[in-house]
Amino acid sequence: MIEKIAIGPETEKAIAEIIARYPVPEAALIPALHKVQDELGWLPLEAIDWVAGRLSLPKARVYGVVSFYTMFRRSKPGRHRLEVCTNLSCSLMGGEHLRDYLCEKLKIQPGQTTSDGRITLTEVECLGSCGSAPVMLVDDAFYENLTPETVDQILEQLHQKETRGGVS
Amino acid sequence: MTERVLTARFQTPDSHRLSTYQADGGYQAAKKALSMKPGEIIDLVKASGLRGRGGAGFPAGLKWSFVPKDSDKPKYLCINADEGEPGTFKDRYLMELDPHAVIEGAMIAAYAFCANHAYIYVRGEFKLPMMRLEAALEEAREANLIGRNILGSGYDLEMWVHPGAGAYVCGEETALIESNEGHRGMPRLKPPFPAVVGLFGGPTVVNNVETLAYVPHIVNRGAEWFGSLGPEKNGGTKLYGVSGHVKKPGLYELPMGTPLNEIVFGVCGGMRNDRKLKAVIPGGSSTPVLTADEIKVNMDFDSLAKAGSMLGSGAVIVMDEGTCMVRVAMRLAKFYDHESCGQCTPCREGVPWIRKILVRIETGRGCRQDPKLLLELCDNIQGNTVCPLGDACAMPIRALVTKFRDEFDAHIEKKQCPIGGFQNPWPSIKIQACKVS
Repeated sequence: MIEKIAIGPETEKAIAEIIARYPVPEAALIPALHKVQDELGWLPLEAIDWVAGRLSLPKARVYGVVSFYTMFRRSKPGRHRLEVCTNLSCSLMGGEHLRDYLCEKLKIQPGQTTSDGRITLTEVECLGSCGSAPVMLVDDAFYENLTPETVDQILEQLHQKETRGGVS
Repeated sequence: MTERVLTARFQTPDSHRLSTYQADGGYQAAKKALSMKPGEIIDLVKASGLRGRGGAGFPAGLKWSFVPKDSDKPKYLCINADEGEPGTFKDRYLMELDPHAVIEGAMIAAYAFCANHAYIYVRGEFKLPMMRLEAALEEAREANLIGRNILGSGYDLEMWVHPGAGAYVCGEETALIESNEGHRGMPRLKPPFPAVVGLFGGPTVVNNVETLAYVPHIVNRGAEWFGSLGPEKNGGTKLYGVSGHVKKPGLYELPMGTPLNEIVFGVCGGMRNDRKLKAVIPGGSSTPVLTADEIKVNMDFDSLAKAGSMLGSGAVIVMDEGTCMVRVAMRLAKFYDHESCGQCTPCREGVPWIRKILVRIETGRGCRQDPKLLLELCDNIQGNTVCPLGDACAMPIRALVTKFRDEFDAHIEKKQCPIGGFQNPWPSIKIQACKVS
């Protein structure tokens, strides 16, 4: 499927500013990919082509970088992203159990999106918040010292946000 | 009462703002440094004995002195804020709560080896630290603390935040440089060392955030003062991040060389639910585990090396008697498997093999020769790769297999995990395990 993408003028401007920070434009690749992903929510092939064009790099060169780094999303996520850490410090405090709890509640496996397209659940490696384990990112925001109860509250909040304010 | 140096301002309201920092004497060290000759700063930091807080403990001043003075190429400072070592969460707080200290330290370091460009490489997940650093850089630029002709000294320095995108290996200095240049984070073969050929081919120094945050204090208070805060050759205080089964996990600034048992049972209030201590990983997931009997060790570079482990990043992971050490090994191997860049055969092939063996032992399908095979694999990985990621997997796995051999054998004999994986902290809630990966 071909995704039609449109990169807004603000992202364009931000990328131009970033390029100026480096002696060679290609050094701006990772920050530029972040800017495009922030706007689109993920990096469809068309976005990768756009970035390649902007930095005058071969598409394969850009795709190689996208596929190396775990934060770059090559498939479209749900409207909300839950990224639960199960590395050692988190799992000592229940991280794996929270992952399983989320799987059960959302009826999906890690890496999947709920059938209504609302939530994508991912299991991630250490997020650097080990003293307040277990931890997960909800749409890039840190939620720490989690329990099944606080996870329930987070899911409820996401639900309310959508029913109240339309698709957020 | 221990003096708090790096965390002294953490409780101050608006500690991240320039006005707060300057009211507390901030940027005085930078002013002083700019009135000194670059070489004098290198000598001062060398004399202090400041050792890198990222993991390797390499003397910072010595690292700066490796930069060739006569190079006609632009020189660069990379500030390593990738903070990916499992268990570590110290630089994050320095960037969030005292970003100007990091910037001032970086500025002095860059001046010392005559770099005019610096990049703060922050792991991509750290949105708040990046926002704080960017806001602080903006303030510093406006106050002419960064930019052209800083405070009329004739010295120019540009400094930018460069985001990572989720790759543990980019904490390794040459992978970080590759990533900073816009490439996949594949470590480079050394030599040439970054001090000679680094970022964009120019002489480059890569320093950890905590290391640089100490530099203004050393400029202000001298090399002797720094040395007096810790044991010989291990000066200063250290940020210890404690996680796992203690009553009070968190970040603590203590004198370098504080005994590990004091950290666990004193500072952190002892074990949760008063259970027995089983083991401690003293310096982040890559450092060899210590058993409960081995924790009367001082937490500094040299004492831990003598005890067969490493201070690493000072990330202390505490495990109680209910922890299955095979499961711990399996989880760590999963991490290193995920993070191997795939460049070197011993790491790319050996680490997933280790993981596969550990999964089969943990799930009751292990064979009698497996522990020996694990040790052989560790031997074949360690020292045979471009970067230390292979070692970082081999070292903890070897220590776990050696020190907890009876647990590995019990899994194999009983054909199951006697504990059943990680403990469920909420036993009242029945949780169905999803597919173990």
